[in-house]
Order: sequence, then structure tokens, then C-alpha cells
Amino acid sequence: MSACLEIRSLSAVLPNGQRVLRSVSLAVQPSEVRALVGESGAGKTMIGKAVLGVLPKSVRIVEGEMLIEGEDLGRLDPKARRTLIGARTALIPQDPLTALNPSRRIGPQMTDRLVRILGWSGERADSRIRQLLDEVQIRDPERVLKSYPHELSGGMRQRVLIAAAFAAEPRLIVADEPTTALDVTVQKQILRLIAQLQRDHGTAILFVTHDLGVVAKISQKVSVLYAGKVVEEAETAQLFATPQHPYTRALIAATPRYTDPYASLKPVDETVLAGLAAEIAAADKDWRPSHG
Amino acid sequence: MDEARILRRGLSPRLWLAGGWLLVALLAAIFAPLIAPQDPLAQDLMLEHLPPFWLDGAEPGYWLGTDSLGRDLLSRLIFGGRIAFIVAFAAASAACLVGSALGLIAGYFGGWADRIISRVVDIWMAFPPVLFAILLVAVLGTGLSSVIIAIAVIDWTRFCRVIRAEAMSQARMDYVESARIAGYGRIGIMLREVLPNVVPSVVALLSLEMGIAVIVEAILSFVNLSISTDDPTWGGIIAEGRLSIHQAWWVLVFPLATLILTVLSFSQFGEGLKARFDPVLR
Amino acid sequence: MAEPLFSVRELKVALPDMTRKPLIGRAPLAEILKGLDFDLPKGSVTGIVGESGSGKSTLGRALVRLLEPSAGAISFEGRDISHLSEAELRPLRRDLQMIFQDPMSSLNPRHTIFNIIAAPLRQNGLGDGLKERVAEALQRVGLPQNFASRYRHELSGGQRQRVGIARALALSPKFVLADEIISGLDVSTQAQILTLLEKLAAEMGLTVAFISHDLSVIRRLCQQVIVMREGRIVESSATDALFDNPKEAYTRDLLAAIPLPEIDADWLQPPAKSPA
Repeated sequence: MSACLEIRSLSAVLPNGQRVLRSVSLAVQPSEVRALVGESGAGKTMIGKAVLGVLPKSVRIVEGEMLIEGEDLGRLDPKARRTLIGARTALIPQDPLTALNPSRRIGPQMTDRLVRILGWSGERADSRIRQLLDEVQIRDPERVLKSYPHELSGGMRQRVLIAAAFAAEPRLIVADEPTTALDVTVQKQILRLIAQLQRDHGTAILFVTHDLGVVAKISQKVSVLYAGKVVEEAETAQLFATPQHPYTRALIAATPRYTDPYASLKPVDETVLAGLAAEIAAADKDWRPSHG
Repeated sequence: MDEARILRRGLSPRLWLAGGWLLVALLAAIFAPLIAPQDPLAQDLMLEHLPPFWLDGAEPGYWLGTDSLGRDLLSRLIFGGRIAFIVAFAAASAACLVGSALGLIAGYFGGWADRIISRVVDIWMAFPPVLFAILLVAVLGTGLSSVIIAIAVIDWTRFCRVIRAEAMSQARMDYVESARIAGYGRIGIMLREVLPNVVPSVVALLSLEMGIAVIVEAILSFVNLSISTDDPTWGGIIAEGRLSIHQAWWVLVFPLATLILTVLSFSQFGEGLKARFDPVLR
Repeated sequence: MAEPLFSVRELKVALPDMTRKPLIGRAPLAEILKGLDFDLPKGSVTGIVGESGSGKSTLGRALVRLLEPSAGAISFEGRDISHLSEAELRPLRRDLQMIFQDPMSSLNPRHTIFNIIAAPLRQNGLGDGLKERVAEALQRVGLPQNFASRYRHELSGGQRQRVGIARALALSPKFVLADEIISGLDVSTQAQILTLLEKLAAEMGLTVAFISHDLSVIRRLCQQVIVMREGRIVESSATDALFDNPKEAYTRDLLAAIPLPEIDADWLQPPAKSPA
């Protein structure tokens, strides 16, 4: 059985030649949540964008393959690639407010994608959306569908976007920091909903986050990124039990834990950072793009 | 990303081109008596409608040809540039000073100051600017100072509106609160924290306004409401050139090209400066 | 217990509600803080925690009198400062300092780091030996001296926040408000900034109000905690008591909602009793 998403040795550069992704390889199996965790500049969002084919123009992929359910995106012409990505994947964005058009009601925004891109009939899209709104525990779908984005709370908006993401039954969802803008109590509800829908629909999720706490709760597998390089990859339980890479250990030690305030919130050691810098330099030294 | 910033901060070609043209035009205007090949007022009906130098029948020393009274076009353009630049600098600076100060006050202080200033701006901008200018000059009488006053009186609102909006967004920044925490008073904060951040916009607008002043002066000359018709002005030359376009196209085309080039250069120069000197790099 | 530096009684703050502003006329006032009572003991670090809309930032801004209370009293060293004018506040400013959440927006892009740190010194009559004082402030927060000539955009997030701390502490104030000062930073940097603040607060005997949405951070840094919700104090007690034995259901919910970096299969299970 082929993986839902497979990325093989993906490298990307900026116009000045600086590498932003360094031979990234990872796979997401069907119905699996894989977390991509890292600090700012680690390239985690970039990978999500690469999968969805929405990289900024300045970033150029110079090496590697991306396969969605065994189909190599690089071998498809742009139109076929967009169709494939549109049919098999969806995004849950970080900021639910900017992801919605402020001047249109929620209802048509949610059905649009189903009708226009997937060619569903209006009624089918509408009933599907209502079903999903029920699944994300929105009790008064009528009101929500008629609302404008600014009339809903942040948590509500994120529920709407989760419903929209699952509506077309994608095989893979890229969730880009979906709870970062939310309060903790709302974050817990949203994570719970994502986990619930993910199980029910058997969807694979590439979950981008900076928060190891969220990683521990939501994912089965995890890739730890630093400067566009995967420094450690493991089963999530394994990663927290026996972290292998010094950077992973440092990140875990830096993440606050109210249960153990003095063992957590430890600054990352200089030697760890120096080790990482050496590792990155070594990786770049012999690297030549294999094509492009 | 850092690379991109540095590239953006280098002197762009548009800054070079626009600045270069303005510098040449300005120097020519300043040293007009030394540079101009002929007396711009000297008429010689024998030399009527001489073509520019590369056409048959051109006379040496009359590079861009002559008009219907045999006056040298290049010399008239160079002298006309004097009026254009005087008006540009004086009118734009006056409009800038008044408009920016009021805009800064309205935007930063808000409240009553803002309400009054904004209302005045709204009313002001309801008048069509060119009509307004013609009306003002008709009342003030023709002459260089009237033209300058008219442009400043009309166009201060352009500065006021833009600077008000910028000052308002600046007033919401945390460094404004931080200055209060540091013990600064309102005026101190306005001058220390807000003003430096609106300067690039002021500079860009100032340059744009100089271009606009050149156009307005040309329009007023065109309808014979600027300074005395003896002195050459670009608008006046265009107005006269219009009459003989069928015999001598150059009498219209060269002054128009000069005007357009100068106005464009002013606006491009301002934009270029803003991009060059704006350290607010997010 | 030590004598309180701040004593807050029945504090209410109302702000114009721009979302309900009519087309013409003033926006109606919305009460953000609905009657708060608490003390901040001298030399203590107090955590103020709450979710968005709890009013925690409004409370902070009222303490340093960026906002004027609509009712109630804020006493600083026994003196009611709640309705002092801007001019009357000026001599107090050197004792009431603030570190901002977003070091990007709180540092003016057009001033050098030197000028940013020097501003409060100049304004409070400490212009003599400015160079030495700024140098000392930089050193205190662990920044190299050559940073004085740099601008905001030449610094990393953590370095910017260090400048924010240096500016707030340059005057050796009695009180510092720290408003979500680490929430925009990466975890590795968070820990550094927090350790720095912890060390400086102890060294300088500062009284600190530390506003945060993150209870984990508060437990590490603070001696007492005020939990806020919708403009009211839900629970207020010594830190260990609050974490070991939270009295209010809301506090327990907040604690339970924090995703700790530990495997816990039950965490995402729906609660046993439905929240109705």
C-alpha cells in the first residue's frame, strides 16, 4: 500500500541560493497524523505549502519528489497537478479570519469549493456542509451559514474551516498551526474535534506546529525540523520517551510544564546550537541539486 | 530575505533616471542665461518656424527650432523651466508644511482637532481643483506669487489626508505607549516617535506635489492666468504651440514632452526616495 | 506579608466599544474591568492569567496608568493614582515601567537601540553619563555593546525583547508590567527571556506584574497568581496553592486545557460529563 503522502529528499532554495529545505524526506500513511515541529524558520510551513503547491514565487524546488497516494506530482502537468491536489488534499489554516473572505457569508464560502472545484450540485454541497457542521458540534448551523466571518468567535471560525476541510473527503489534510491563534480552552476543543473527525473519516493529517505539547497530544508520528532539515523522526511516544537528537531533547526541556516548572523552560544550550550549525554546514557542503 | 532588502535599498534605475532628468532641468533653469543659446524673447520673423536641428532647413544655434515669432524654442523651454521650478518648490513646500502639520495633529491627537481638520479637508476637496485654482488666481490677480499661493491653498489637503492616516496608524504602535511610559508628553511623542515615521511619505508626496504644481502652473499659463505673458512658461509655450501645430509640430511636442517628463520624474523620484530611505523593513 | 506596593480596590475600567459605535456620535462605553480588588506586595512577582477578553491587558494598562479607571482606586505606595493627570503622572513614570508583548511594534524603527534605551533616562533627568547608563543597561540584559548603534530590524526577536527589558529597567523602577512578553517568541528564546527577567527581578528587588495566557510560565516565575475571566477575578492566591489545589472550576479547566509535552492518550477524549 502506498503512503498517502511521500516526500523524498525535497530541497528548495531562495533566489540568492540559500537553502530553505534541506533534502527533507517524510511519509504520511493513510489515517495517520504526522506532526512537523520546529521553531520559526525551520521550514515547517514551507513543507505544507510545497505539498499544496502554493509556495511563494521566490522559493524554488530544486530537488526531490512529492507523491500523493503514489502519484508523482512532478510528473503531472500543472493543470493535472492542481486537479489532483484539489481533489485529494485540503488545508486547515492558522488564521481563520484571514482565510475567510470578510465580505461574504459563511455558507456560500463553504459550498463554493465543493461546487466549483469538485463539480457537486448545490443541494449535495449544502447537505454535506450541514452534516459536517453537525460533526464539528455547531448547534445552530442556520445562523452560522448566514453569518459573516467577523460575526463569529475565533473558535467558531476554526470549526467552520475544519468542517470545510473535511467536507470534500480529502485523503490528506495539511493543518498549519491551526490552534496557535486560539485560547487554551478553545484549543483543546478544536484539537479534540480534529482528532475526532480524523478518526471518523480516516484522513491523514500533516500537522504543522511549534508546540511540542500539541505534538504529544495529536500525532502518532513526528518529524523535528531545524533550518529546513529533519533532525529527528520517530513515533511520537518514542520521541518523548527517548529523544535521540540533542536538539529534540533541548526543545522538550525548553517547553514549559506547570507540573514541573524547574525542570522545564530550560534555555537551549549553546553547544546544541553549535552542533546544529555544524550539522547544517556539513549537509550543505557536499550538496548539489540533483536536477533543476 | 536580507539580500532582497539590500537590493531594494540600492539606488534604483528609476531614481537615477528621474533624478538625472530633474537635475539637468534644474541646472539648466538656474543657469539659463549662460546656457540658453538665444534670447528667449528675441523675435525674428525671418526665422519663423525653423525645424529642429536634424531636419532640412534647420539653422545652427536653434536646436529645437523656432516658434511662429521666430523665437528659439530651446531657450524658451529653459527659461520656462525657471518659472516651473520656482513654482514647484515654493508651492509644494508651502502646501507640504501646512498640510503635514495639520495632518500630523489631526492623526495623532484625534478627537476635536481631528474632527475639525477632517471636516475642513472634506469641504476643501469638494471643489474641483483646477476650477478652484482659476477662481483663486482670478481673485488674487495674476502673477507668480498668486500662482504659488493658489496651488498651496488648494493642495495642502493632499498632504493632510495622507499624513493624518499615517499618523493615526503610528499612534496605535506600542512605541507610542512606550514613550508615555518613558515620561514623554503628547507633543514630545508626536515629534519624537510619530514624525520620523511619516517623513518618507512626506518626502514622496512633496516630490509628487512638485510635479502637480508644474502641471497646475502650466494649466494656468495655458489659460493665460499665470504670470505676464512676456516671460516664457511651459504652459504658455504649449498654448501658443497649439495654434501652429499644423505648420510646426515641434512647437507643441517639445514643450509637452518636457512637461510630461518633468512631472513623471518628480513622482518617480519621490517614490524612489521613499523606497530608498524607508528603514521600516518588516 | 510585606506592605503592598499596589493596592487596588473596586477597580472598574470602561472603554469605548467601537463595534457598537453609531454612524454619528460617540461609541458607547463597555465595561472591561468589573470591580477588581487585590494587592501587589513589594518585591513580589504576580502572574495575571486569563484568556482573550478576560481584561488582563486592560488591567495592566490601568496599573501603569496608560488608561484611567472609570471607578475605584489604584493606590501606589499609599497614594491614589487613579485619576492623576498626565502631568501629575510624569514624576511617577520612572517607577512604573512596562515591557511590551510585541518588541517589533514597541521599538521605533527610526531610532537606534541607544536612543530607545536612552529615551526614558533623558526624560527623567538622568541625561548625565547617558553613555555609561545605556552601556550598563545593555550589559544587564546580556547584549553586546555594539548593539547600541543598531536598529530594530537588525535584531532577532529575542534580542528585541532584551532591548525592551533594558529600556524598562534603565530607570531602576519600582514596578514593571510585563505584558505577554514571551508569547511571540520561540520556545528556546522564551526560556532565555524568562530566566533573564527572573534574575533581574530578584537582583533589583522589582515588583512585577506578569501578564500571560500560559499557566506553565506563571508557575515558574510568580509567587502569586490572579486568574481573570470576563473582567473579574476568578481566583487569586499564592502560586503553589493555586496549582496544587485550584478552588474554582474555571482554574481547573484552564489547567486541564494546557497540552503538556507528555503522552496522554486520554487528553483528547471527550469529558465524561458533557458540558451541556
